[in-house]
Amino acid sequence: MDLARHWRLKDQRYRLEGTVCADCGAKFFPPRQVCLECKSTNLTPREFNGHGELYSFTTLRSAPMGFEDQVPYTVGVVKLDEGPMVEAQITDVNADALKIGQRMEMVTRKLRAQGDNGLIIYGYKFRPETKAD
Amino acid sequence: MKLMKPSRAVGIIGYGAYVPRYRIRAEEIARVWGGAEDGLPIEEKAVPGLDEDTVTMSIEAARNALARAGIAPTDLRAVWIGSESHPYAVKPSSTIVADALGAAGSILAGDWEFACKAGTEALQAAIGLVGSHMAEYAMAIGMDTAQGRPHDALEYTAGAGGAAYIVGPAENALAILEGSYSYVTDTPDFFRREHQHYPEHGNRFTGEPAYFDHTLRGAQGLLDALGFKPSDFTYAIFHQPNVKFPQVAAKKLGFKPEQIAPGLLTNKIGNTYSGAAMIGTTATLDLAQPGDRILMCSFGSGAGSDAFSFVVTDKILERRNKATKTQWYVQRREVIDYAVYARHRGKLVMN
Repeated sequence: MDLARHWRLKDQRYRLEGTVCADCGAKFFPPRQVCLECKSTNLTPREFNGHGELYSFTTLRSAPMGFEDQVPYTVGVVKLDEGPMVEAQITDVNADALKIGQRMEMVTRKLRAQGDNGLIIYGYKFRPETKAD
Repeated sequence: MKLMKPSRAVGIIGYGAYVPRYRIRAEEIARVWGGAEDGLPIEEKAVPGLDEDTVTMSIEAARNALARAGIAPTDLRAVWIGSESHPYAVKPSSTIVADALGAAGSILAGDWEFACKAGTEALQAAIGLVGSHMAEYAMAIGMDTAQGRPHDALEYTAGAGGAAYIVGPAENALAILEGSYSYVTDTPDFFRREHQHYPEHGNRFTGEPAYFDHTLRGAQGLLDALGFKPSDFTYAIFHQPNVKFPQVAAKKLGFKPEQIAPGLLTNKIGNTYSGAAMIGTTATLDLAQPGDRILMCSFGSGAGSDAFSFVVTDKILERRNKATKTQWYVQRREVIDYAVYARHRGKLVMN
């Protein structure tokens, strides 16, 4: 059931935790152990705020294994305000209402379940940004 | 009546609501199964998305509560979730929610079960935890994605949604607790045995000996203990399995329709079970003014009621705008038909 693998990924999946380079300030998601900019290994965890802009999106009608019961669903690339690009499912919106460049926010949702008796895997998705008022 | 009140004054320092975006209209359920000739208990109910369950919905409500409270997740010493629709039979929802909030580690976490009053039972415990100085802040959530058997009366009303509350010291509260009172007996009006998909209920037995007896005793017990009458309250929120029951309970107690109107959401989102009284109260807090007194009275089958009296402080004015309000969730809606509803509720056999 890959329990250990999913457990190791929970910080990035639940809270969008990546890394930031303590030497040059470059930010990474998913987290990296070596900075792509300056090759430093002096990276520390960084929780991103989950807000950004929709960079691109498409709708999947033929899904990979484990996602068959979700079709059709939309995936997109969101450029976080802090820099990194994140690929994720888009939720809470019909695809025909999406526009490149629109504001998006991270939500934690059910990604998939490992059958009826396995692990339920939770993680980040994005939806159009909501306002407090 | 014995009032419950901790020696340390406590209150709500943050709150948050969540309702999924999908709605099925009661007339659409009646189109499939009939029954409209007898009248429909509500207009429409909220249905969770394919990627939503009690855990994900709790996370969003809890993040809203943290945004309003303005505390760090690590300041919490408990995350407790009351629900009858925890995704796992064995494995706490609350550890997932606590970790997603960034609160995991030095914290209590646990799932509570008491039909529709599991959330307010958790709230009572949070009040005790903070009121006894064991913790500075504790979170109590009531959240459900309730299921009703197809063609059962419950299918018209079993909705999805709920709310999260952070309890903390009164000096930091947006609503200060004046006291609470609970009333519980063994009344088997509604239950679900292990491994069963759907609950059983006693039809009219769920009314007088269950909902009304416990709700009226719970609310009246609190009024008597505090020496208050209904007119001392600006607002009141009762558990709302349909529209009629809380209206009748309020009238019997002496509350006027305008006192319960802001918190009566069932007509639009259905019965959110553990979340029902709690999300009715978040909707009320969203428009309450400093000095307003609010009665919240839950009911859970099995059976019992928790009643609370809060007085709103001026901190509400600034904090309620720090997160998405309840009515925003109520009013966002994507209407689905029975086929899509059946898919969302896992009623299609895929293998």
